[in-house]
Amino acid sequence: MAIGITSYGAYVPLHRMGPGTNGWTSRGEKAVANFDEDSLTMGVAAANNCLSNFSREDIGALYFASTTPPYREKSNASIVAAASDLPSDIFAMDFANSLRAGTNALKSAIDAVSAGPTRQALVVASDLRVAQPRSELEAICGDGAAALLIGNSNIIAEFEDCYSVSQEILDIWKAESDTFIRTWEDRFIAEEGYLKLLPQAISKLMDKHNLKANDFAKVVLYAPDARRHQEMARKLGFDLKSQLQDPLFGKVGNTGAAFAVMMLVAALEEAKPGDRILLANYGNGADAFIFRTTQEIENIRGKKRGIKSYLDSKKLLPDYETYLTWRGLIDKAPPVRRPAFRTPSPAAMLREVGKNLRFHGTKCKQCGYPQYPPQRICTRCHARDNFEDYSFADKRATVFTYTLDSLAPTLDPPMVVSVINFEGGGRTFSIMTDRNINEIKMGTPVEMTFRKFYTSEGIHNYFWKCMPIRA
Amino acid sequence: MAEGIKDKAAIIGMGCVKFGENWEQSAADMIIEATYEAYEDAGVEPKDIQAAWVGTTQGGVRGTQLAVPLKLEYIPISRMENACATGTDAFRNACYSVAAGVYDIVLAVGVEKIKDTGYSGLETSLARHKAQDTWLDPEVFVGMPAQFALAATRYFYRYGLSYEEGKKTLAKISVKSHHNGTLSPKAHLRREITLEQAVNAPMIAWPLGLFDCCGVSDGAAAAIITSPELAKKFRNDYILVKGLGFSCGADQAQLQDDYDFTHFEETVTAARLAYQEAGIKQPRKEVSLASVHDCFSITELINYEDLGFSPRAKGKEDVDAGTFTLEGELPVNTDGGLKCFGHPVGASGIRMIYEIYKQLQGKAGPRQLKDPRIGLTHNLGGLPGRFVCAVAIFGSP
Repeated sequence: MAIGITSYGAYVPLHRMGPGTNGWTSRGEKAVANFDEDSLTMGVAAANNCLSNFSREDIGALYFASTTPPYREKSNASIVAAASDLPSDIFAMDFANSLRAGTNALKSAIDAVSAGPTRQALVVASDLRVAQPRSELEAICGDGAAALLIGNSNIIAEFEDCYSVSQEILDIWKAESDTFIRTWEDRFIAEEGYLKLLPQAISKLMDKHNLKANDFAKVVLYAPDARRHQEMARKLGFDLKSQLQDPLFGKVGNTGAAFAVMMLVAALEEAKPGDRILLANYGNGADAFIFRTTQEIENIRGKKRGIKSYLDSKKLLPDYETYLTWRGLIDKAPPVRRPAFRTPSPAAMLREVGKNLRFHGTKCKQCGYPQYPPQRICTRCHARDNFEDYSFADKRATVFTYTLDSLAPTLDPPMVVSVINFEGGGRTFSIMTDRNINEIKMGTPVEMTFRKFYTSEGIHNYFWKCMPIRA
Repeated sequence: MAEGIKDKAAIIGMGCVKFGENWEQSAADMIIEATYEAYEDAGVEPKDIQAAWVGTTQGGVRGTQLAVPLKLEYIPISRMENACATGTDAFRNACYSVAAGVYDIVLAVGVEKIKDTGYSGLETSLARHKAQDTWLDPEVFVGMPAQFALAATRYFYRYGLSYEEGKKTLAKISVKSHHNGTLSPKAHLRREITLEQAVNAPMIAWPLGLFDCCGVSDGAAAAIITSPELAKKFRNDYILVKGLGFSCGADQAQLQDDYDFTHFEETVTAARLAYQEAGIKQPRKEVSLASVHDCFSITELINYEDLGFSPRAKGKEDVDAGTFTLEGELPVNTDGGLKCFGHPVGASGIRMIYEIYKQLQGKAGPRQLKDPRIGLTHNLGGLPGRFVCAVAIFGSP
């Protein structure tokens, strides 16, 4: 039975730091998550991108991979599953800690579909790693996410084989009590770790299948930085121009557990039917995969946002201080003294999973009018308990009215409060994020995006915001 | 068949503290000051009070907050909360008890101690009174200025006002109220402002600037209510309740995509009820003066239209013509309104009634209007689609 990738999706945050960001000294650009984003919200964006126009009913497993999951004890995958509107009878699991978590999850998804009875498994990899301000690592690390749907029908890239090794080495790490990721001396970690182990894993897999370097159309290689990336490709005999997948250094940066998966998505976006793709990931060992694209890949091309359109849709941060503020590294005073956010009640959160995480409203079966939040008595025809579930998460909307609130407690003032009307009917009050305040008008088209509202007593309170539609 | 409240309840005494940053006064101090002014004005003794209502949103809990400082011993007292309509709703329920013939003399007090909270403006939300919540509701994440700024943006857009035209219209309303405030000894803010100052003030919630927002103050006000028959025994210039309209929204702004944000149906319906009870058919002609809810300048502009003072979309023309100034055809917020008194939420409704009461008695000092006959108060609390609205109408006997 053939198994492989049936859909892909990605997410790159809107904001970048780069030349032009006041106080930022690195030459390249890197993708920077907004203050209301974390690995989980970016993962949801990639998952929804991957699943757009796909039925979610048949998905039996969700693997969420990140070294920076917002919860250390409590499932993160269960939140991703709800916000991605996946069925409740799903095996949802966190893959954490390793920079290889993304491909660990991919391997497990392939195993699950291979073993059955799971027919489709969703892999979501996302990372938002924080390095010490002004460190080399800070310049290299970026934020982003990717998602792959694994299944056994309508395959766009068939899984051929994989090979994994495990190795204990302290090259890059972060202990429970650390704020920032740490690293050992550069030459040791490259020469005794990355440059030594990854070629071994790749060669083993290639030898097994009698494959030469030029048998691959695209080679997706994890690398700690741009220099080591090229060094690795040369070492393995791959052509840097024609075969090597762009690692997005200087554009997005090293996105940790999501990095290799994001590169694979970018490779799939460009791939032709019959292309053989090598995927190799590194982190306390290595995972190497071979995929081969099918005719089906033509059917998906251009229908997903993928990496490419997210690269073009960007906004430069005005200054480095904004970045430090968004990461909580500067404790900035709010515009005026405000009461602390109240801790949400987990009992109420449980009742409102559909409303808050899935962003479901109700549609009246009697008059057909969709309404958010979910109602029991129809606002139009007053019919009682005669509704069907209705998702607003994937509906586009237009701005009906708005204001820029300078007093609101937000790390990105002014807070844009809008009232938006959904296509197909219904409306809501919504905070607008990832916006340029000078470009908001009556009628501005917006889409919904899953964000973190605030955290109180360690409880992350997630909700949906709207944002101007990204290209 | 219900007959309504007209001429079934009368005010025989009122009191009101000086509103402001009353650091030296507790809520209890303000309750005592306002209530004893009302006792004295009515000529009643504390022992004459048979029942009482106290309106507050964050000042305290239970009826005992009135009983304890005033030593009103073992009488029925209810605590009322209904957002910005709290004070008027306490008053309204007190009136009904008298009209029903249950009590002879009752007391209604509104009080709020806002400045002790340590926040400029109100705390973000009235939702703090809910026991448990996920706090993911516009009532929590949309601040008060933003809630009304949403109406301003839409009003400008719908009626084709440029930002400059819209801001200037709103500024004229604030300039008018600040002028009235200078003639009002109990107001918090008592200085003139210019049009330029109002237009160019720091932005709070675009397009609303500092002078589009009402003040933030502590305050309390009290009223003694009895039947018209008994009222005559206390004084000749008692004031009659002519109509009490009330209306609640059901979240239409959030749920219905044709809710327009340029009028507030709660005001329209509460006013219709009150006008019906009072027998008023042409409000602009029949109402001599009004105290309307001006938490923000845009609210006052929309109120003119919703209360039937200005035709729909013509509020700006009336503002330009000076219709609502002290010298105008229908003076509004003659004491300076919330703009100058600030908005100690529970106290505001009864403070507005205090102004109407004094004007109808001819005791409003330098801002006294000539021979007013009918006065109206209006409170609008909450956020678009979820307003509570009280409209009360008063007249001389």
